[in-house]
Formats: sequence, structure tokens, C-alpha cells
Amino acid sequence: MSRNRHPLFMPVIFVGGLIFGFGLGFSQMARPEVVLNFLQFEDFGLLFVMFGAAIVSGIAFAVMPRIRDSAPLTGNRYERRLKPFDRNVLIGGAIFGVGWGLSGICPGAAYASLGVGNVTILWALAGMFLGAYLQGRWRSRAASTDTVAAGAD
Amino acid sequence: MVTDPVPLQLAAEIFPNGISRYAVGGLLVGLGTVVIYLGTGIPAGASTFLESTLSYVSGQSRFQQYVSSRDWRVVFTLGIILGGLAFAATIQSGVITTSLYQPGTTGELYEIGGVTLWSTEVQAWRLLVGGVFVGIGTRIGKGCTSGHGVCGVGSASKTSLVGVVTFLAVAIATAQVVAALGVGP
Repeated sequence: MSRNRHPLFMPVIFVGGLIFGFGLGFSQMARPEVVLNFLQFEDFGLLFVMFGAAIVSGIAFAVMPRIRDSAPLTGNRYERRLKPFDRNVLIGGAIFGVGWGLSGICPGAAYASLGVGNVTILWALAGMFLGAYLQGRWRSRAASTDTVAAGAD
Repeated sequence: MVTDPVPLQLAAEIFPNGISRYAVGGLLVGLGTVVIYLGTGIPAGASTFLESTLSYVSGQSRFQQYVSSRDWRVVFTLGIILGGLAFAATIQSGVITTSLYQPGTTGELYEIGGVTLWSTEVQAWRLLVGGVFVGIGTRIGKGCTSGHGVCGVGSASKTSLVGVVTFLAVAIATAQVVAALGVGP
């Protein structure tokens, strides 16, 4: 897929990101305080952001597969985002919840937050990379001990 | 004296900043997702960027599986950052004004080169420690607020709905405990 990409592939990703980031700025989700206010039941506006966005994207996810088979820039089939359920969804979700509740920051909003001038957010970004690295290391190791028979080293 | 009818009073209480900035912002976030989906068929989430970018610097097998998507994920993230900056340079700076946007009073505003920027007052340790949990949790849990919350819920995925309910409930509990302990901002 990466070899013969359509010349408009990257521009479309970029423009989509721009609108996405602008929306996060406009909705104030790039401000950890506003997210924390929601989690403390002081302002329920966040619900409008998440469900507003889900409804808009949901229309596309429902309609596109019926109109076209595949996307023009990649040839990818139009499919919904369906991930298999297992215990990790609960464990990971709970760990993410602790982080979100403590900091008021999630990945997309953190990138946008940097854009609105919140340099302090670099702490959160550093933390996210560290966390992703730790779990990736741990999982890579778990995977290699699974596949390579015990006693390989 | 004229008092608002009860529903309006209630709305003012649970939405002290109105709902328009949230609703409009949410529609734009959804629109950004749709633009990418229409063009590429990809339901993009923001948290995979963390792992895919780590593949540039680490050979761990967990990260290498994202090599084929890491370049566009960087572009997506760059777009999100610049989208935030575009918002700062226009509406946050007051160059464009709209009744749909209510600025709010959180954090601190400062100015560089005529652009009004914004900075948080949430303490650095909260951001750092919270970030570590977010980094671990979103990767184990297969998604974040955009992957599960926007694309997954938009797909009516049961996995994502369970994921959203889980992280929302735990985040609310965490934030309540932190606030009760008197930590702030």
C-alpha cells in the first residue's frame, strides 16, 4: 500500500487532521481543565463533542459501504471500525480512564493542545510515549516468549 | 423580575458555557474523520501514532507492525497540531468572531507575534503521570477517545461501546477522587 499511493493520499490525511484539530480547539477539548470539569460533573458539554463527532462519522460509516465498494485513494474496502472484544478492552480502558481522569488529556486532544499554544502539554505527550513504550516492550517480550519455545535463551 | 423557565435554568447549570462550542467542535472532529474515511477508507484514531512513531526508534516487534502506517500517522498528527494552531490564530485570537464560540476562563492566555495562545494550569506531574497511564491504557485497550469514542461508537461497535463506558466510568471516578483530595488545578 505504501508503494503506489495516490498522490492525494497524504494531502487528504493532512486536511482531515487539520479539521479534526481545529474542532478539538473549538470544542475546548484541547484544554485539560474543561475535560476535568466534565469528569467532575461541572459542565456536561463534552458529551456533545463525543457524540456529535460519533454521529457525523457514523453516518459516513453506515452510508459509504452501501454506495461504493472501496475508497478512491487506497482501494481499501469501506468497512466499519470493529475490533474484537477481549479482557484487554476492559483492562486497558480502565488504565486509560485513570490517566484521563488524572490529567484531563487524551491523545488527539493532546496534539491539538500543543497547537493552541499549550507547551505544558509536552509533559503529557512525554508520558504517553513512555507509557506506550513500556507496554510495547512488555508485550513484545510476552509475544516472543510465546512463539519461541521456552529455554531459547 | 424575569426568571428563566425551569428547563433553561437547568441547562445553564449543567452547561455553564453553553453547548454551541461543544456541538460545533464535535461536528468538526467528526468531519475531519469523515474526510479521511471518504478518501482512504481508514477510520483513523489518534493513539496508534504513539506506537507507530516509536517504530522509528525501537526495533521491538510490537512497534514494527505499524511501520506501513507510521508515515501517514505522523502527517495526521501534524495536521491535528496545525489545526489547533489554526484555531488559535483565528478564533482564539479574535480575528474571527462567532456567536457559536464561548471562550471560557480556564488556563492562561498569552501572545506571540499577534497570535493569542493558551496554556494550561493543570500541574505538570498530573499531565506526566496521567500521560503514562493514557499511553499504556489506550494501547492495551485498543483505542482512545477518537478510535473507540468517535470511530468505534460511530461504527456501533460493541467492543468500542464497552471500551468507552469503561474509560468514562473510571475517569469520572478518578477525577472525583482527585478533586476530593483537594488537588487542583
